[in-house]
Amino acid sequence: MFKEIFGLFIIFILLVIFVMVGVAFLTLLERKVLGYIHIRKGPNSVGFIGILQPFSDAIKLFTSEQAFPFLSNYLCYYFAPVFSLFLSLLVWFVIPYFTGFISFELGLLFFLCCTSLGVYTVMIAGWSSNSNYALLGGLRAVAQTISYEVSLALILLSFVFLVGSYNLMMFYDFQVYIWMIFFTFPLSMVWFTSCLAETNRTPFDFAEGESELVSGFNVEYSSGGFALIFLAEYASILFMSMLFCIIFLGSDINSMFFYFSLSFLSFMFIWVRGTMPRFRYDKLMYLAWKSFLPLSLNYLLFFLGISIYLFLLLV
Amino acid sequence: MLLTSYSIMMIMMLSTIIMMLATMLSKKQIEDREKSSPFECGFDPKSSARLPFSLRFFLIAVIFLIFDVEIALLLPMTIIMYTSSIMMWTIISTAFLLILLSGLYHEWNQGSLEWAS
Repeated sequence: MFKEIFGLFIIFILLVIFVMVGVAFLTLLERKVLGYIHIRKGPNSVGFIGILQPFSDAIKLFTSEQAFPFLSNYLCYYFAPVFSLFLSLLVWFVIPYFTGFISFELGLLFFLCCTSLGVYTVMIAGWSSNSNYALLGGLRAVAQTISYEVSLALILLSFVFLVGSYNLMMFYDFQVYIWMIFFTFPLSMVWFTSCLAETNRTPFDFAEGESELVSGFNVEYSSGGFALIFLAEYASILFMSMLFCIIFLGSDINSMFFYFSLSFLSFMFIWVRGTMPRFRYDKLMYLAWKSFLPLSLNYLLFFLGISIYLFLLLV
Repeated sequence: MLLTSYSIMMIMMLSTIIMMLATMLSKKQIEDREKSSPFECGFDPKSSARLPFSLRFFLIAVIFLIFDVEIALLLPMTIIMYTSSIMMWTIISTAFLLILLSGLYHEWNQGSLEWAS
């Protein structure tokens, strides 16, 4: 008993630590890739050719002065980043390891719950700072995230219909012979775009559109709070890349290729940031409600038919 | 189950500890009236930020609520499939999805999805 508890504890600690380290190097990757897209070097001197840059960034962030906005609701303001990081680390529990970890029968449901709760942290962070920019950024982020969440859930549901389970391990069994991305290519692109919108990434980063709202919902945040929001955002990017690999790219979590495709997808997030201009807000809403939602609903109907056909074929 | 709740508590504690650590490390506070006022590009804030509100955001949230409830109804469907009559299941789920789709098209037609009118 003690051995099991201890083992699980160690695995959790390792998971959290490695997610954090992964996030650190993801920020380095982002700065480097954005640098080369802008035809400049990016960080290249800290440590060995800039390897230690994220750690010095972290130290700089954590030791800089913390602001106390006197009009804010301080408790909400202080704890919103904490919950944000908590949720993005919590969602990593669904990672489908075969042994030694939690087996989630309803893993995708857990994922949906965690991403839905992520809206509240942004909303509370924006509202409790009591600044015009922060409030506007928070409002935009909430409207955008909830709009895309509907299409995200519906796309997910069509795969759940196909696979017949919420368990992420089943996705591996289903994709032994062919990956999902080959026969649901349009849907995978819609999923990727919804992921970009859901994590507030660049073509859709209206939560922090720096040309209009200085930094969006996190204007008032300084050292620790900002660092936690930042960590949460990048952890969710990594998680979304992992989920894309699980749902569409074979889900073979024990092979090295899985992790290569995971990092390639994280690179895609950054690549999109380096190339795309920002969208327009009304177009973003039209994209969610008038294009993605009808498309994912129709696809859901289609996959419903396929799953009935498969079911009748098997029974 | 107990183990899972312990680990969830552990993650909560971890993120709180990181925040506390940041607060402790950044103790070199220099209080300033301007520094702790809300950021407004160099101006003093004229009014409270919380009064003005665009109703569009609220309407989007209402539409989202409808669709989220419908998703919540759709969620158990795939698990029910294995334990129910496949004929009834097919009819019910298809009818439900068709109603959902026609509801969406109706909303679209009535213009409640328009952002700027």
